[in-house]
Amino acid sequence: MSEIKVDRVVDARGSHCPGPLMELIKTIRNAKIGEVIAVYSTDSGSKTDIPRWVEKAGHQLIGVYEREGYTEFIVKKVK
Amino acid sequence: MKRILVVGGGTGGTIVANVLARKLSRKEAEIIVVNDSSKHIYQPAFIYTALGYNLKERDIAREEKELLNKNVKLIIDNAVGIDVENRYVALERTGKLDYDYLVIATGSRIVPEEVPGYQIAYHFYSLEEARRLSKVLEEFTGGVIAVGIGGIPYKCPPAPAEFCCLLDYYFTRKKMRDKVEIHYLSPLPRTFPHEAVAEAITEMMEKKNIYWHPMFNIESVDPEKKIVYSLEGESLKFDLLVMVPPHRGAKVVEESGLGVDSGWIPVDKHTLQYKEYSEVYVIGDATNLPVSKSGAAAHFEAKVVGKRIYADITGQKSKLVYDGRVVCFCDAGFRKAIYMDFNYENPPKKPRFSYLWYLGKKMVNKLYWSLILGGTI
Repeated sequence: MSEIKVDRVVDARGSHCPGPLMELIKTIRNAKIGEVIAVYSTDSGSKTDIPRWVEKAGHQLIGVYEREGYTEFIVKKVK
Repeated sequence: MKRILVVGGGTGGTIVANVLARKLSRKEAEIIVVNDSSKHIYQPAFIYTALGYNLKERDIAREEKELLNKNVKLIIDNAVGIDVENRYVALERTGKLDYDYLVIATGSRIVPEEVPGYQIAYHFYSLEEARRLSKVLEEFTGGVIAVGIGGIPYKCPPAPAEFCCLLDYYFTRKKMRDKVEIHYLSPLPRTFPHEAVAEAITEMMEKKNIYWHPMFNIESVDPEKKIVYSLEGESLKFDLLVMVPPHRGAKVVEESGLGVDSGWIPVDKHTLQYKEYSEVYVIGDATNLPVSKSGAAAHFEAKVVGKRIYADITGQKSKLVYDGRVVCFCDAGFRKAIYMDFNYENPPKKPRFSYLWYLGKKMVNKLYWSLILGGTI
C-alpha cells in the first residue's frame, strides 16, 4: 500500500445516503485522469457495488483492503 | 456582546438563528441572518407542484421575516465574499459585516448547463421549472418518460425514485398508465444507496412496472434524437426527459475559495466546524459531508450548531456533536409512503410502505413552518 500515491481521500464511513459509491462517483467526476482515489466505507454493500461500478465505468480498481472497522478501496480514474 | 452572523436563510440558517435567539438575550448576542431574498421557499413542495397538486401559496413560500424570532435581524442582500482569516462577510449593498461567530448556510445551486443537451430536459428543482414540468405532464399523450440524474451530489437522493412512483400514481389517476413507460436511470447498481431500502424500493418499482436501469449516470443528451447517454456507455431513447440537474455550492463559497470540487465546504463531520476556525460553522447543503443534501440534515445540524455556539458564549464547554442523523419520508403514491431514520452509526432498516407514513409526511409539511423552523423540534 505504501507505494501507491493517493491523490484524494473520500471518507464515506457512516454514509448510508447518498452512500460511498455516490461519493466516489462525485469525486471521480471532479478528478483528473490518472488521479488515484481512496474510498473509506463502512457499508457492506460497497464490497459489491464499488467494484461493479468501477468496472462498468471503465476505471481501474487498484485494491480493496480491510482496515480496522472499515474497508478501503483504491480506484484510479483512467478515462 | 457577541455578533453571530448567519449567511443563508434556508432551513438550516433559519433554525440556527431561532435556536440562538430563544436562548440568548439581546444583551448577550446580536443575531443577524443574511439572505438574498425576502422569501423562504419550502423546496419539498416542488415535486408536488410538478405533479399538478393545487398547493396554497403559503404552503410553498412565506416571508422570511415572519419565520424568524423577533430578536433576529434580517438583512436582504447578496453575500459576495467570506473572509474567515479577517472575520468578515462582504455584502453587495450593505458592505462588510464582521462577526464573532459565523454560520455558513449558503445551500446549493443548480447548474443544468453543465450537461450538454440539457435544454430538452425538465426538472423539479425550482418552483418555476416545477410549474413548467407540470404543464408538460398535463399535455403528455404517451410514450417513454426517463427520469435520471445529471450530477452528484444533488438534493434529496430519493427524490427521482419517488418521482417515478408518483408518476405511476399520476398517470393511473388519469387512466392512461398503459400509454406511459416510466424509466428510472439509477446512478447506482441499486435503486437506492442502502441495500435494505433499495430492496423495498425495487419491489415497489417492479410492482408498478417501472423499468429501472442500474449504473446510468447521465453524461449528455442529444436533444434532436431525444437520446440520453450515460458516462458508463449506455443510452436510452425518450419522449420526455426529467433530469435532476447538477448542483454546485454557492457562488460566494466558490469565489471565496472555501469550497472543494464543485464548491462544497470541508467540515468536521461531528463538530461542523471549518478547519482550524472554531468560530466558523457550516451546515446544510453547503458542506462536503457524506450525508444527504436535505432539509432534514440541515435541521439536525442547525440544532447542534445553535447549542454549541450558545454553550461557547455562556462559558460552557459543549460536547454536543452531529451524529449524522437524517430522517426522510418518501411518497410512493396511492397514499403510501416510507420513513427512514438513520445516522452515521445506524443504517436505515428495510422500510414498510404505509398510510401512516404518508400522513407523517403530510404532517411534517405542516409542522415545518412553525415547530421545525422555530427550532422547537
